[in-house]
Amino acid sequence: MHEMSLCEGVVQLIEDQTRKQGFTKVSTVWLEIGALAGVEIEAMRFSFDAVAKDTVADGARLEIIEIAGRARCPACKQTVQVTARYDACPECGHYPLEILAGEEMRISELEVQ
Amino acid sequence: MCTTCGCGQGETKIEGGQHHAHDHSHEHEHPHTHAFGHGVMAAHAPGVSQSRILRIEQDILSKNNAYAADNRQQFAARGMLVLNLVSSPGSGKTTLLTRTLTDMQAEVPMAVIEGDQQTVLDAERIRATGVKAIQINTGKGCHLDAHMVGHALENLQAEDNSMLFIENVGNLVCPASFDLGEAHKVVILSVTEGEDKPLKYPDMFHAADLMLLNKTDLLPHLNFDVEQCIAHAQRVNPGIRVMQVSASSGEGMRNWYDWLRATHRMILDSAPEAMEA
Ligand SMILES: Nc1nc2c(ncn2[C@@H]2O[C@H](COP(=O)(O)OP(=O)(O)OP(=O)(O)O)[C@@H](O)[C@H]2O)c(=O)[nH]1
Ligand SMILES: [Mg+2]
Ligand SMILES: [Zn+2]
Ligand SMILES: [Zn+2]
Repeated sequence: MHEMSLCEGVVQLIEDQTRKQGFTKVSTVWLEIGALAGVEIEAMRFSFDAVAKDTVADGARLEIIEIAGRARCPACKQTVQVTARYDACPECGHYPLEILAGEEMRISELEVQ
Repeated sequence: MCTTCGCGQGETKIEGGQHHAHDHSHEHEHPHTHAFGHGVMAAHAPGVSQSRILRIEQDILSKNNAYAADNRQQFAARGMLVLNLVSSPGSGKTTLLTRTLTDMQAEVPMAVIEGDQQTVLDAERIRATGVKAIQINTGKGCHLDAHMVGHALENLQAEDNSMLFIENVGNLVCPASFDLGEAHKVVILSVTEGEDKPLKYPDMFHAADLMLLNKTDLLPHLNFDVEQCIAHAQRVNPGIRVMQVSASSGEGMRNWYDWLRATHRMILDSAPEAMEA
């Protein structure tokens, strides 16, 4: 259940922004989470509401943009979709693949007042 | 909660001092005031608020990573080999450590940070060997983070040019994401857990540089396929090194000790001249 800690990280970054940017309320938080990041999206939503309580992000809507796993096959040079870190190339069966996308865990945007 | 450094966000307890001492190297860049209290929000007139969108683009783990970078810099400057030991509960981390400390403490200064949700039992097992140890209790937390380790370091007084072992909370999932500033993650897998664990928990085996396959003394009683297990680990991490050990009988431990010496030597060779022993 490290989603709780991840949400604490999100709220801490928001609190930092509060001081720098001078807003008093956050109504929407956009996160980008990769399919290979090992993050349980539902647990993230659940944790966020609890962690955001009594902070500037209390009651904020959480929008999670899921980023698909993409990798390059060093054997056949194709760029392919992957759902797990150890997937083999669907074109030629080679592994390991070089992960290009899907490991992201980013806070991308905030809607603030 | 202390939103500046995250202290007090849970029920984390660190032996041997004030958790909130804050005299560690990472300076908080601003005072601990919560500038926007509920008063401000309550006084905010409805209907006049103006929404705007802020682009942030920050890694969620960026705070932890900054603390980890501080720790790593300190370790390098002080010639310390720091290892983050990760595994599921009961794989034998503490048993492995007590034997390692007993066998090696005469040749190199050593220290341990123990992470568990509750109890100081493991730190006491370590101290029984005569080696310094600090227990971190994470409460509900399922992993150590770099900030907790930074605080524990203040209390531990580890020596320069020492080996520091950080025994993480027994959990094959969460500790993979949290860099503590270590030189290497070492994953311990015991043969009673099954050869499929590297595939079921790929992130941890991907993050580790060394896998210790422990409890090999039990192999005669099990249907555990060692080759298959190693193949699974290499599937998620082609570069992973594997050593077979029994922390109870001592079998195979010499390979691990040789690896520790060689890895520490590389760190000492690249540490600043003044730190050379
Ligand atoms: N047979 C056998 N038993 C072992 C070995 N290493 C550890 N054990 C036993 O495994 C059990 C758990 O060992 P610990 O060292 O406490 O394991 P741990 O990983 O530190 O456990 P947590 O900190 O609770 O996650 C104990 O009963 C140990 O005696 C081994 O090499 N062989
Ligand atoms: Mg233990
Ligand atoms: Zn291919
Ligand atoms: Zn602090």
